[in-house]
Amino acid sequence: MIRNVAAPAIEAMNVARRYGRRWALADVTFRVAPGRVMMVAGRNGSGKSTLFRVLSTAIRPDRGWAKVGGFDVEHEREDVRQRSALLAHQSYLYESLTAKENLDVVARIIGRNATAALLDRVGLAGRANDPVSTFSAGMRKRLSFARALLQEPRIVFLDEPYGQLDPEGFQLVDQVIRELKESGATVLVATHQVDRVAGYADCSITLDAGRVIGTSGELE
Amino acid sequence: MIAALRKELLLQWRTRAQFMAVFVFGASALLLFSFAVGPNAEILRQFSAGFMWLGLLLSSTLTLAESFHAEMENRALEGMLLLPANARVIYYGKAIANWLQLVLLGFALVPVMVVLYDAGTTRLLSLALVIMLGAAGLSAPGTLYAAMTAQVRSKQTLLPLLLFPLIVPALLASVKLTSLIILGDPMGQLSSWMKLLTAFDAIYWSLCGLLFGRVVEE
Repeated sequence: MIRNVAAPAIEAMNVARRYGRRWALADVTFRVAPGRVMMVAGRNGSGKSTLFRVLSTAIRPDRGWAKVGGFDVEHEREDVRQRSALLAHQSYLYESLTAKENLDVVARIIGRNATAALLDRVGLAGRANDPVSTFSAGMRKRLSFARALLQEPRIVFLDEPYGQLDPEGFQLVDQVIRELKESGATVLVATHQVDRVAGYADCSITLDAGRVIGTSGELE
Repeated sequence: MIAALRKELLLQWRTRAQFMAVFVFGASALLLFSFAVGPNAEILRQFSAGFMWLGLLLSSTLTLAESFHAEMENRALEGMLLLPANARVIYYGKAIANWLQLVLLGFALVPVMVVLYDAGTTRLLSLALVIMLGAAGLSAPGTLYAAMTAQVRSKQTLLPLLLFPLIVPALLASVKLTSLIILGDPMGQLSSWMKLLTAFDAIYWSLCGLLFGRVVEE
């Protein structure tokens, strides 16, 4: 449950993060209302993944603050994690486990039980008992997608969801995002497929060198 | 925590060939120690407990470091930490799985010790208890340090450097207890060493669980 329904689903204020001496994010500020789909565009290295990693609590911001579902990403990490899921560049999968085992591990830890249905949904039902080490990059992406959806998140961060997928996979991502939106979830999509995502996104921000250089649509 | 433990046991089962390699490493170490001492049966028997624990200690660094290999592939550990579950659950799942593996390794090294050093005992239950407590003393801080060094390039070097000084009390107590079981305990020292080892285990199993989240999260 979101803490305050009137509050933005995601709020970032002067968020900055550096790796060594290089600022990957610098004073990023935006708000997204619940139930919206926001596109995050930008070139490689513009800070999209770092922004998603900060918002999903994978890393802490060095400056500024951000709230997800009304909870501070630095001080209320478990609350943020209860409500959000990240589809990252890395698959978060165990190579020696099968597709089903990978989902079962997550399902047992968070107390869910819908792995077979999710594997079917991402088109991997036929390979459920094959180890991930035998999967192609696109299949890993589909399985990672299923892993993120297993958490039934209200706020979803999709970092390059179309990457490595075939045309059928593109349609799958479109359909899942539409369904998430219809269910009232807030979705942030970092992508280079700008034209495709612009077709369904409610708003967007563009990053360059860690800074917001453009916005479009109604952010809140 | 059961779910996290099941995951660890499943991962260990999938890489079970590695356990055999670690056992062969430990047994080879025991064999080399016996060569170093020479054919003096009395000295071999006297030092057998120390050699067995040294063999287990050296093998443990391989086991502990390897236990985070799968977690670093595809950043699986980060994926686990981002789940709505306490980081302690992940730590205890891994620490218990490492403990089980070290206990098995310890049990497997006992017959090697008996054959090479003529260090047999009829007090097998006491010996099993000491191996279980000693392995617990290695696995709790070992799992924490393995997590800390997992992302470092020279982890195989760094892990023993950090771990060995810390576990001296547990190692000392384990060697002494094993020695007392094999050679006899005329002064009744067994219970005091057992208390030291139990206290070490209790402190480190509590402390490392509390620290794990802070250590692994960026």
